[in-house]
Amino acid sequence: MMELFEMMLTTSLWAAVIRIATPLIFATLGELICERAGVLNLGIEGIMTIGAMAGWLWVYQGGDLWGGIVFAAIVGMIFGFIHSMLVVYLGLSQHVSGIGITLLASSISYYAYTLLIPFSTTPPKIVPFSAFEVPILSSIPVLGQALFHQSALTYLSYILVIITFFVLYKMPIGLTIRMAGENPVANEAQGINVLLIRTGAVMVGSALMAIGGAFLTMSAFDAFYFGMINGRGWICIALVIFASWRPGKAFLGAILFALFEALQVRAQLIGADVIPYQIFSMMPYFLSILAMMLVARKAAYPKALLIPFRQGDRI
Amino acid sequence: MRIKTRRNTPVWLIAVLPLLSIGVAFIIGAFFILWAGESPIRAYLALIKGSLGSTFAITESLSRATPLIFTGLAAAVAFRAKFWNIGAEGQLYCGAMAATLIGTGMIDLPAPIMIPMLFIAGAIAGCLILLVPVVLKTHMKVDEVVTTLLLNFVILLFVNMLLEGPWKDPMAMGWPQAARIIDNGVLPTIVAKSRLHLGIIVALLMSILMWAILRFTVWGYEIRAVGHNQQASTFYGISINKSVLMVALFSGGLAGMAGVSEVAGLKGYLTLTLSPGFGYTGIAVAMLAQLHPIGVIISAIFLAAIYVGADAMSRTIDIPNYIADILVAISLLSVLVGAMLTRYRIVWGK
Repeated sequence: MMELFEMMLTTSLWAAVIRIATPLIFATLGELICERAGVLNLGIEGIMTIGAMAGWLWVYQGGDLWGGIVFAAIVGMIFGFIHSMLVVYLGLSQHVSGIGITLLASSISYYAYTLLIPFSTTPPKIVPFSAFEVPILSSIPVLGQALFHQSALTYLSYILVIITFFVLYKMPIGLTIRMAGENPVANEAQGINVLLIRTGAVMVGSALMAIGGAFLTMSAFDAFYFGMINGRGWICIALVIFASWRPGKAFLGAILFALFEALQVRAQLIGADVIPYQIFSMMPYFLSILAMMLVARKAAYPKALLIPFRQGDRI
Repeated sequence: MRIKTRRNTPVWLIAVLPLLSIGVAFIIGAFFILWAGESPIRAYLALIKGSLGSTFAITESLSRATPLIFTGLAAAVAFRAKFWNIGAEGQLYCGAMAATLIGTGMIDLPAPIMIPMLFIAGAIAGCLILLVPVVLKTHMKVDEVVTTLLLNFVILLFVNMLLEGPWKDPMAMGWPQAARIIDNGVLPTIVAKSRLHLGIIVALLMSILMWAILRFTVWGYEIRAVGHNQQASTFYGISINKSVLMVALFSGGLAGMAGVSEVAGLKGYLTLTLSPGFGYTGIAVAMLAQLHPIGVIISAIFLAAIYVGADAMSRTIDIPNYIADILVAISLLSVLVGAMLTRYRIVWGK
């Protein structure tokens, strides 16, 4: 127990926590924006996969790192656009369409990767984002080095939490987005095009998911592996519910989750002889289910989530 | 442009729709083949030859269709009641584990008793694991989409743990696989010199059974009613929780049977590569069949043929066999669009 407590105070643990949390922050914010506008996006797992592949491929083909992030975001947007065409404009089942998007995006990722990258036993690598220290802030004991000696993408994720909060709660467009998810009829009464708002939210959200995926191949690791998203997208869906659709809580949720994940990985090394490592690996998934159980009863889903809107509808 | 509800849907439209969707998928898929620098016509001919071109190819397609019929039925039954069970993949492995548990020497009975026992055990295992999300949904209002999806990963890790630990077959030269199913439990092949086994007969029987249950029994009526309109169903006196439980029993059970069929029929032993995503493909199967149990048979065979054909094609032409997944995903999305056209029609102008 003492050992665990001491570990909690090490910089390396918290640095790992932030590294694990970063893609989750991006993707959770992305899903949160979609759901706030009334659209469940189960394409998240596939969009993260294709974001990871696209961003990595851009750099592997000679592009620069930020170009790769932009490319990943654009690819994510395209899939967000397809999803919104199906569920926003045509009003189809958000569940089935989302699963379809996930299947399509991940199969295109694997197809493109197999096609463009010649087979080798060790996957080819790129030079990923390097960490840099933020002056002053990084000299805070323990947490300073963990929070402010990271890659630029991690700082971007902090900023995005603030921007998302600010836009959703302090700007008129944020109110419009939230209303599209709560009471779209009221939106329309104001002369606002609900379908357009929802489409925009889904596209922006999907771009964030793709960047979350790209973080994995361009910062956390330096190569693309098959199945590397490994359920992270689904975990983000649980995190959105856990965060009761609030950006700040989503950030804290992602950090909390990442803390357990980092401890789990360390516990694997300590307990390897006694307990099979798979038991530890299961923990993140159990934890997500547990988190949903804790909040499910009082979860205030956006009222128009999953409900298609047709112009001229009256409730 | 406006969208109007159709009073009645022409039957031909429902029948043609899945074919149209697959057609759309092949047209869009052609661009991916062009991207690979190959001729789509040559590639598709190779695909068709590889899936239907010989007796062996046809039996391969049918044996690939077997698990897809089970998982397709599992999705169809659940989706009818709007219970989003995306966990067929995990339930499949639970069925496979149950079959391995009792089929590798724990009991040894004559085949006519042993084989049904394996299927029943697999079905029970699939049901039990799905009960977790069901109870969480009915008693704690936890969304079943996420729980069923996350359990897939948990179950795969559990299988991995068994295969690297207590269940590892010492005779398997270090490969993580379980011991073979005993002879009396192995599903006999039904066409000589092929891998097509008894599982497909069971799958066909289950399709007919599910169709009859949905069509003629009170349970089936309740499942369909709950899917259509929950409020009206409650008003009519149908217990939503009871119907969801019923759906879960059928859906999880069917997915579990898919695992039994693969372990005892095709592979003979449990491995981590038992299912290349049959649970997820089952969703596409069910949607193409428009959730009709008999339609599931046809769409499962269609999609299986695409997979088998793509495997054959990737051996002769330099196109990654992931093209099959792309084709299936596009068919799923386009049948979704198409299904809307059977319920609504688009009116141009005012």
